[in-house]
Amino acid sequence: MSAGRFERLGTYGVLMAFSILAIYPILSILFLALHKKTDLVTGFAVPTHLELSSFKAAWTEGRFATGFKSSFIVAATVTVVSAVLSIGTGYAFGTMRFTGDRIVFPIILLGLIFPYEATVIPLYYDFQNVPLLHINLLNTYWALILPQIGQSVSFGTFWMRAFFRSTPRSLIEAARIDGATSFGVLWRVLLPQARPAVMTMSVLVFVYTWNEFLLALVLVSGSQSHQTAPLGLSFFAGATRAGDPTKVAAAAVLVAAPILLVYLFLQRHFVRGMLAGAIKE
Amino acid sequence: MSAEAGPAGTAARPGGSTAPGAPRRRLLRRREDAPGVPRNIGWLYVLPGLAFYVLFTLAPLLHTVYYSLFSWDGLTGKVYVGLQNYRDAIVDHELIWSFIHSGVLILFYAVIPVTIGLLLTAALTRHQVRGFRFYRTALFLPQLIAGVVIAQAWTWVYDDNGPLNRGLRLIGLGSIARPWLGDFTWALPSIGMIGTWVTFGLCMVLFVAGVQKIPSSLYDAARVDGAGAVREFFAVTLPGLRGEVLVAFVLTTINALRSFDIVYNTTAGGPAGQTLVPSMYMYQNAFLYNKVGYAAAIATILAMVIFGLAAIVLRVGGDRSEQA
Repeated sequence: MSAGRFERLGTYGVLMAFSILAIYPILSILFLALHKKTDLVTGFAVPTHLELSSFKAAWTEGRFATGFKSSFIVAATVTVVSAVLSIGTGYAFGTMRFTGDRIVFPIILLGLIFPYEATVIPLYYDFQNVPLLHINLLNTYWALILPQIGQSVSFGTFWMRAFFRSTPRSLIEAARIDGATSFGVLWRVLLPQARPAVMTMSVLVFVYTWNEFLLALVLVSGSQSHQTAPLGLSFFAGATRAGDPTKVAAAAVLVAAPILLVYLFLQRHFVRGMLAGAIKE
Repeated sequence: MSAEAGPAGTAARPGGSTAPGAPRRRLLRRREDAPGVPRNIGWLYVLPGLAFYVLFTLAPLLHTVYYSLFSWDGLTGKVYVGLQNYRDAIVDHELIWSFIHSGVLILFYAVIPVTIGLLLTAALTRHQVRGFRFYRTALFLPQLIAGVVIAQAWTWVYDDNGPLNRGLRLIGLGSIARPWLGDFTWALPSIGMIGTWVTFGLCMVLFVAGVQKIPSSLYDAARVDGAGAVREFFAVTLPGLRGEVLVAFVLTTINALRSFDIVYNTTAGGPAGQTLVPSMYMYQNAFLYNKVGYAAAIATILAMVIFGLAAIVLRVGGDRSEQA
């Protein structure tokens, strides 16, 4: 009995240790951010009082008002559009059979393991002079929005298909017998139940889009007013770290803050989405 | 696995995940066929989403392959060179090293986290853990933070005057304290540890969720048979987690191979190319050295490696190993 209790204590100890390990790097940069340059912080830098001057300085010097605006525009647009598109594709693959569906679905699934790094070179050159349209999309929000919608549709399709497949067939059949069109079935019968699934998908897509870096680096580096928050952080860190690490730390905390807030409030969506997404693959 | 563990061992495959018998497979097939009546109106719902996917991910990938057949500086005219970029690539030491670095990163991003995840899960399955949600919140956190932010946090942790070195000096190991990311030998493992930190929580939460789907009767049976913690792990837990382990390996390996954000924002490939990875090298060639065709060849090789590895892991690990 006492051996069992000892074992149990060990389990909790190990869990606690790893949990602290998972949080510590984030905590350490928060600690650093709560100082100012003249504190000359080293080591663990546990703050003794609330010093927010680094946050204020980082916000203005790093132009994060602009960065946040860009990131919100891009992430919100990608989230909403890809949700609408994925509801459509998921509905079709989950409840219907049509010519070629067995070929097209695996191709879309490929997007789950897709090396998106391998697409940035043509995106850069094609957006400079879009074929047929002859417009320049480089350094615009479109350059970030369009490819990320394309990327998000993969996960969205996979996710919504799983949801629509899990809804009782009798529900759909009953509605059809009542004469509902395919859109009527989706809009009036299925979507009202799909709200949690759509929410989970949207939360994940929003976070991925908010965090994206390489596309922003390649496609909007040339326009300060279109830089996303992570890109702004990268530039700010490169220019400022040697001079004042506390400001860079504050900037990093700022960029992570919206995601952390969303995580705290909508945690179950993250866990459910990422686990199910991984397991059902 | 010894004969003793046999009964539990064979029974520990819920959902017929590893029973390769023909009838079972046909059953699965039929279920796959089932959804929906034939309605070509489905295309109407698929086309808009498919269009974005094809235009902005598939087409650019193919376009990359096309570019890789040219010598091009991005400004003046392209010159068709056939497979010359690939011939250059296979003898390019920097590129070869970048893939070796990726191999090392796979150890840190995939092998170590999966192992840690399994060990912890084994410890957890012996009895019910209260308050796992709290730990889960913490363990999942690194997954959600932007790579750029992670890079800033760890740059501080690894800093000459940062928490890690301070900790080492405190416990009398000051002699090994160093600016880790600037160290010729230690920069790559240091980046690897960042990857371990990012992925181990995901692995753990994934496995713990998976264990909960293993019927507890299997554990009871194992315990009645007198199986200890180790035997129980190999006879029940590990076979039951096959699908999860497989998925974790695929996801984390791909993470390791892609790993651009963190490398770019910590070492940018330095010192002296010690942390150069293929995606970083591709970026440099395309946008700094103006060797666009060559960069496209690197991107193509990277894509093939990723698709190839995913195919191998899924093929080796699973004849339909998913249970969901």
